Amino acid sequence: MSYVTNLKCRECGQEYPIKPLHVCEDCFGPLEVTYDYAKIRAAVSRATIAARPHNLWRYRELLPVDGEPEAGPFSGFTPLLHARRLGAELGLKKLYIKDDTVNHPTLSYKDRVVSVAITKARDFGFTTVSCASTGNLATAVAAHAARAGLRSVIFMPEGVESGKIVGSSIYGARVITIRGNYDDVNRLCSEIADKYGWAFVNINLRPYYTEGAKTFGFEVAEQLGWKLPNHIVLPTAGGTILPKVAKAFKEFKEVGLVHGGEFKIHCAQAAGAAPVIHALHKNTDLITPVKPDTIAKSIAIGNPADGFYVLRAVRESGGWGEMATDPEIIDAIKLLARTEGIFAEPAGGTTLAVALKLIAAGRIKADESVVVSITGNGYKTLEAVANSIEAPLVIEARLKDFDAIYESLGDGKRSLQGAA
Amino acid sequence: MPVKVRVPTPLRRFTGGIDEVAAAGESVRAVIEDLEKRHPGMRERLLDDKGELRRFVNIYLNGDDIRFLNQLNSQVKDGDDISIVPAIAGGE
Repeated sequence: MSYVTNLKCRECGQEYPIKPLHVCEDCFGPLEVTYDYAKIRAAVSRATIAARPHNLWRYRELLPVDGEPEAGPFSGFTPLLHARRLGAELGLKKLYIKDDTVNHPTLSYKDRVVSVAITKARDFGFTTVSCASTGNLATAVAAHAARAGLRSVIFMPEGVESGKIVGSSIYGARVITIRGNYDDVNRLCSEIADKYGWAFVNINLRPYYTEGAKTFGFEVAEQLGWKLPNHIVLPTAGGTILPKVAKAFKEFKEVGLVHGGEFKIHCAQAAGAAPVIHALHKNTDLITPVKPDTIAKSIAIGNPADGFYVLRAVRESGGWGEMATDPEIIDAIKLLARTEGIFAEPAGGTTLAVALKLIAAGRIKADESVVVSITGNGYKTLEAVANSIEAPLVIEARLKDFDAIYESLGDGKRSLQGAA
Repeated sequence: MPVKVRVPTPLRRFTGGIDEVAAAGESVRAVIEDLEKRHPGMRERLLDDKGELRRFVNIYLNGDDIRFLNQLNSQVKDGDDISIVPAIAGGE
């Protein structure tokens, strides 16, 4: 049974049927899936959801699918860790990490959105799926397409990390890199989608794709014991996940799965690609595009499609946002790794670095609950930190060689604390 | 100054289904005015009440976003390519 009503323009309200459409013909505004919340409210309960398999489809009534979805049987339902050691360093008792570094099968939050997009691509009868990507989406589309038996063609800007090229091609995807940045790739792909009619998950399937991002928020609420956090910090690139997490929290209230609870939603960008933060700090709705320049390549987007909606969600919630420089991003990646054993990609470092700034500024208080959103895995972006780690010691396989360096390793206590 | 203008699907109902049309003008704004004469209804889709580019429309002049140039006043030369692209796309 479907709970989807139709597609509706977020700007002018014009309604459209459930088809591969993403732009309003009247005002160019984005189309969004609408639901019959009264029907959903009658159909779902905490108990029905809790009894389902640990994947993103446990919230299927609030996703734009009919019947039994085939894509992403192990995607979603990633850990929400109570970060006690990191929390102790920062003076917070209720600090949580939502850890999408271990999303199945491609280790980023993109496994969520692509599970929904591939399901819809099959529903609509497409045989080729495609995307414009900074890398994480590429690997997710390639892997999920392979399993669904669809052909995939992936577009990325030149210069993305090798793990993302190899990690897409290995699934049989045809990878095309574009001489330019992500915004150039995105423009070209909009023109290709228009001309060739392929299923671009983040262009003509975008209304469905973006709904998948809500599952990140649904899980946070369920894993906190059907409660909303006081604060959640999310990275912003194109602007998909942040407004969708806000929507997820509102929907859970709407259908009665959580009762009350105010949340503040905060935006994190890399200083080299921070058009949304600039607009937020200048108190304007006008987002001026920038040419991205940051090691956080997965969020190096200068012209964010949904930037306006990020601003709106942040402001509506009473949240804030900050940006992090490349050195701050690297420090935060190392801090998270050495305190919680989680290796984030630079987007995650950005999010944590910004959380630190919000704590230092008093916007997040010691007794409040805060979720830091880690959306991608550091093993895919080794280049970003390769020069920032302590180089290995190299010795012969002789005990006396080890004896010679033993003192320099320090005692157990010191090595536990490590270098900050 | 004749230029080529790529027209996205949502605007092709004004061009009789054609995806690339000719227009003329010294600036992007003048080209839009000329498009309106040739294909009535286009201007309102591209510009808001104040005559500024709508939030969800991107216009590229020879591949460059006009917001990195001189916005709607960006100068147009003979043979330039203009592409109108809906802004809503993408996501890493």
